[in-house]
Amino acid sequence: MTPFSSPRVLRPSGEHSPVGGRLLTPVTAVLGLLGLVSLFILAVRLVYGLGAVTNINDGYTWGTWIVLDVMVGTAFACGGYAMTVLVYINNNWEYHPLVRPALLTSVFGYTLGGVAIFVDVGRYWNGWAVFHPAYAQPNSVMWEVALCITLYVGVMWLEFTPAILEKAGKIIWLRRTRKIMFILLAFAVLLPSMHQSGLGMVLVAFGDHIHPLWQTNYLPLLFLLTAIAMGFAVVVFESYLTSHGFRRPMETPLLANMSQVMVTLLVIFLCVRLGDVAARHQFHRALELNLQAFCFWCEVILFLAPLLMLMKPANRNRPRLLFYAALCLLQGGALYRLDAYLIGYEQVPGWHYFPSVPEILATLGLVSLEVLGFIVLSKVLPVLPAPHGVAHVNGR
Amino acid sequence: MSITWGRESAARLGMSRREFLGFCTAMAASMGLSAVAGEAMAEAILAPRRPAVIWLALQECTGCTESMLRAEHPTLEKLILEIISLDYNEALMAGAGHQAEAARRASMAANHGKYVLVLEGAIPEKDGGIYCKIGGQTAKAMVLEAAAGAAAVIAIGSCASWGGMPSTPPNPTGCVGAPSIIKDKPVVTIPGCPPNPYNFLSTVVHFLTFGKLPELDHLGRPKFAYSRLIHENCERRAHFDNGRFAMEFGDAGHRAGYCLYRLGCKGPETYANCPSILFGDVGSGSWPVGTGHPCIGCTEQHVGFEKPIHALAALAGQTPPATYPRIVEEQGQGATLASAGVLVAVAAAAAGGGGMVMHNIGKREAESERDTRREEGK
Amino acid sequence: MTSTRREFLRDTLVGGGSALAAGLLPAIASGRDNLPRIPTARGLLYDSTLCIGCKACMAACKQANDLPPEHTLAEPYWDTPLDLSGKTKTVIKMYRDGTAAVKDREVDGFAFIKASCMHCVDPSCVSVCPVSAMRKDPGSGIVTNNPDVCIGCRYCVAACPFKVPRFEYDTPFPRIKKCELCEHRMAKGHYAACAAVCPTGATLYGQVEDLLREAKRRLSLSPGEETRFPRGELGGADHDVRAHTARYVPQIYGESEMGGTQMIFLAGVPFAKLGYRPLPTRSYASVSETLQHSLYEGMVMPIAALAGLSFLAYRSRVNHTLLDEEDQPEPAGEQP
Repeated sequence: MTPFSSPRVLRPSGEHSPVGGRLLTPVTAVLGLLGLVSLFILAVRLVYGLGAVTNINDGYTWGTWIVLDVMVGTAFACGGYAMTVLVYINNNWEYHPLVRPALLTSVFGYTLGGVAIFVDVGRYWNGWAVFHPAYAQPNSVMWEVALCITLYVGVMWLEFTPAILEKAGKIIWLRRTRKIMFILLAFAVLLPSMHQSGLGMVLVAFGDHIHPLWQTNYLPLLFLLTAIAMGFAVVVFESYLTSHGFRRPMETPLLANMSQVMVTLLVIFLCVRLGDVAARHQFHRALELNLQAFCFWCEVILFLAPLLMLMKPANRNRPRLLFYAALCLLQGGALYRLDAYLIGYEQVPGWHYFPSVPEILATLGLVSLEVLGFIVLSKVLPVLPAPHGVAHVNGR
Repeated sequence: MSITWGRESAARLGMSRREFLGFCTAMAASMGLSAVAGEAMAEAILAPRRPAVIWLALQECTGCTESMLRAEHPTLEKLILEIISLDYNEALMAGAGHQAEAARRASMAANHGKYVLVLEGAIPEKDGGIYCKIGGQTAKAMVLEAAAGAAAVIAIGSCASWGGMPSTPPNPTGCVGAPSIIKDKPVVTIPGCPPNPYNFLSTVVHFLTFGKLPELDHLGRPKFAYSRLIHENCERRAHFDNGRFAMEFGDAGHRAGYCLYRLGCKGPETYANCPSILFGDVGSGSWPVGTGHPCIGCTEQHVGFEKPIHALAALAGQTPPATYPRIVEEQGQGATLASAGVLVAVAAAAAGGGGMVMHNIGKREAESERDTRREEGK
Repeated sequence: MTSTRREFLRDTLVGGGSALAAGLLPAIASGRDNLPRIPTARGLLYDSTLCIGCKACMAACKQANDLPPEHTLAEPYWDTPLDLSGKTKTVIKMYRDGTAAVKDREVDGFAFIKASCMHCVDPSCVSVCPVSAMRKDPGSGIVTNNPDVCIGCRYCVAACPFKVPRFEYDTPFPRIKKCELCEHRMAKGHYAACAAVCPTGATLYGQVEDLLREAKRRLSLSPGEETRFPRGELGGADHDVRAHTARYVPQIYGESEMGGTQMIFLAGVPFAKLGYRPLPTRSYASVSETLQHSLYEGMVMPIAALAGLSFLAYRSRVNHTLLDEEDQPEPAGEQP
């Protein structure tokens, strides 16, 4: 169990409890309002078509709804994936308290990513065709990704059932689900591995439509690495955010220990990323004076910064540094995907795209709904770790 | 207009003063001249001494003369009997034989250096030009003789202009147009098969009025008549621009008046004013393309009679119009003040939120460090 | 298997990126080639030097496919598409340089070029379509879109190397629009409307093999040489056009680009200037599918991974359940 020393941790069971408190606060009200705005915009899109609210066009047919809500959004929702690998597969149960909040963000991230796909897809009423064997298209990365994401959302909600069962006091069902949970967990790792790498592979077929700084056969690997790294980073981010928002104690020791994984992943990512650009002899493109080269360097800096910050083990125990490192990593990963899909999508001249105001507001509203769902569910259900191990499973 | 209009003028021309001025103005207008020029023309025509005209018919079909006979304003007989003095024209004159030739020679001698020479038909050169002889004289010799004393030479019809139909390969008589024979003075060419009578009349009247020829292009054609591409003034041009073509004679598109380019219309490479002044004074549509037949390019050497009627025209003088999309067109919506503003606002709010959290974490970090120190201090 | 799987997974966390990379490398090296040309495939030969920019093809296309006019000027009187779109399946574009005095000349010249579906031999749009809505006919090689299953994800729009499929953004019930070589007219014995109406034979319809032969014949002629250019359908009923050969760029665009296309081009101006950039001969579809299949061929890798993951998760659960049920206060630590 090499990289993970055995820390002083919370007990591996009965460690979650609802936060409690009022559901209607100024924060939830604002989030709800933003969510309503986005729902209105989505309704307009369904009645008048995509062009009525978005700026997407034939040059940039995938706008921010796909790139931010799905490509970046699901990466932000990889906390559950990362923690499942760490805890259940790699058997590091000391991190178990972090699983459920991570899973909850994942469930919302993916569900709303699914909503975004549904409204962005032009002919949603034909959605059944993806699951109809007669129309299956194994050559299509999109087909694989669509199946995996759909299955994964289901798997995640199932993975999340213990929290609901605990709340409901269904101990028998809780035990039963635990018995088969391992298969679910295997899927909960396999499916995101497949579709997160798939999101990178989607771009391989684009050929020279993607800027050479991003177009490579290593896209699946790079997307997978960023997905896992961002998964860990989002756990750190979400932990500090809940500590702040719900005025709970910080979980720094646990996070500090875990951040070691992030360092490893960052080293691998940067080696593959830069090595790949160099091996393809495309490094000169990074030295040009244009938006693409600028964004490339922003990416590198955003990946390098957390690596340097967390390299020294002592730094990992400094909450502010840890939080900042996680933030950088998340931005770097988000920028990487934004670059690969939008900013690096550059080979057809003459076309312009910038998200319209309703487009931005819809994305903002969906994120707000996600955060709102997280707040509400963590107040109602036993999701967050019980403060300092005094918790018991409800009804136990 | 202040012209000297007497009873004898009215009797000679057989028209009222009003009609006469209308004719002159129309003539001026057809050459693109001003009304003042019309006045000058009126004076020139009213001058008591009518200029002599020698009209030689060579290797031709008399189509040009026939076309002239169909001029309506004025009729040709008015022109030749009252405006000019047509001293020799085989088709129109009553005399014949040596008598007629003698009259021609007499007129040429009397008006030496002042008469107008009109040539109709091609001039064969092969085998010493024996394929066209009049009164024992070859056409070429006759032309050279007549041209020597001419004040102006006008070649009417495509045959006289460059050889026309008889010169179509293989050109068995080796015939050429007047400009190839007459080298010492400019030859006005009025090509067409037949040419529009008004292009000829206007040229003659211009010469009578100003004593010089109208402005000519590099082929000797009066610019007022031959500077326009038929294709660019064609009533069917809209169909061409919209990509609507008659596919075959009598099909739906043909009946709907679609462009005849696909049927071989030579309008795109033929310069003439046919679509503007029409033929026969019978109203709109009275020109080949107007009646549904493709232009055969009769005014253009190497087009008329040489290119098959169904063969496609080359697009002469084609310049890129503005209505084609460029290879790269700017499309799509870039950043606007509103969208960029909203994005910046969201980013600022996120940064603010992040900063707040960071500040809070820092505060708590400091507190916990203080606590640790205190505990250590105990 | 399990032990290597296990190592593999652990490596994913502690340094296994390189292992995965090593797993991918051989896959990239081998894999599927371009699809071969279909012998009976049909297509178009567009000869830019013959095109007079009359837009008959555009008008006929709109009529044959029942497409509405597109207004891009301030005055909505004419059909003025700027590009292919949800309303326009073919468009004649113009290259112009400087004074634009001479046709088919790169400097101070101009030239026309047609845009419509290239009907690739190995089409990206067919490869990427998640629901088999994009389909390449095994006989004619014509690429069509089936709106009955198309989900409108626009992967084809984004992935097409030639940016051909377009989408309707201004309707709640949009469709993907692209040239389908008038496949619907063929049942009635007609062929592509754009070629049928073309007055000069610039757009010529026929069997791709014959079209390639005809294109090579034209390239072999010397500039200025008079020759006969077939019109409408190669070997069809329409009479030829006699014209002088232009000075061609010695290249048949679409002969090998992207593994070949069924719409091929000749031009007097370099293709890159006409909006047809140089492309590799290996199709992007084959690159993408090679990668995809090397990971998922026979679902071996995913199933093996699932087995390994299940084992690890199960073993992990056993340890945890013991801890859980005995309510043992010790933290989880080193596993045996």
